[in-house]
Amino acid sequence: MDELDRTIVNELQGGFPIGDHPFAEVAARFGIAEQELIERIDSLLQRKILSRFGPMYHAERMGGSLSLSAMKIPQEDFERVAEIVNAMPEVAHNYARDHQFNMWFVLATETPQAHVDALKKIERETGYPVYDMPKIKEYFVGLHFKA
Amino acid sequence: MKAETLIDDIDRRIIRATQSGLPLVPQPYHAVASEADISPQEVMSRMQRMLETGMIRRIGVVPNHYALGYKANGMTVWDVPDDQVDDLGKKIGALEFVSHCYQRPRYLPEWPYNFFAMVHGHDHSEVEQQAQQIAALLGDADRGHDILYSTRILKKTGLRISG
Repeated sequence: MDELDRTIVNELQGGFPIGDHPFAEVAARFGIAEQELIERIDSLLQRKILSRFGPMYHAERMGGSLSLSAMKIPQEDFERVAEIVNAMPEVAHNYARDHQFNMWFVLATETPQAHVDALKKIERETGYPVYDMPKIKEYFVGLHFKA
Repeated sequence: MKAETLIDDIDRRIIRATQSGLPLVPQPYHAVASEADISPQEVMSRMQRMLETGMIRRIGVVPNHYALGYKANGMTVWDVPDDQVDDLGKKIGALEFVSHCYQRPRYLPEWPYNFFAMVHGHDHSEVEQQAQQIAALLGDADRGHDILYSTRILKKTGLRISG
């Protein structure tokens, strides 16, 4: 990554404009050509320095449900359970964490009922309880990583 | 706010056309418009409205924090008195190293923590310093806390919104 890549990563986390020629608008701010900005973003995506470019939708505001859950799985059964949980299309992320509660996943469903059904299915197929940890309040969501 | 009433078929077409990202062409909103079969003006005014109502959190780049060297991702969890969690949540959420900050339910006695703050550092010692800063801000309201580090990503897919 050079200075220009860093500028793009740092500045465009805050926002990208809506307009007829948004790349040209941003490129002018950075003092580069429109095409160069497009190619840089493309390259940052391909090099996996960026995981996404575009709108970030707020699932709950669109009627969907996005919710964190945790499980306590004995180490010897961990891989079997991970396979079952990962196979569910509703599971968007799943992380192993170093704690007695050692599996943490996010369910993305279109309705609250689909969320409940998915949790029940996981409990039934794995044989372990799921600790549903929906957010009660959200205080902040934002990512400002300095490149 | 009931969300379903705020989103109609045209919004859904825009969401479908942009959920894998904005096209990398000089006029991305025009490209979305032809994909969704509506006018560019309508795409732009709808997306502007979705930004204003919070249905779109923001438009921009999402860095892969691992690639930027933020390799230690710590879920810090806290047991905070319920009547103080709102005030403290806003303060902690304003810290620049906190990416997500929520109140969540306890499961007593095994899970006493009702406040979650996700922090990101280059290594564990940086994450521990960040947790200390949070503890200092919480003061007496910190009745116990823990840091859960991710040891493995088992699954990670983009958020899918079907049309």
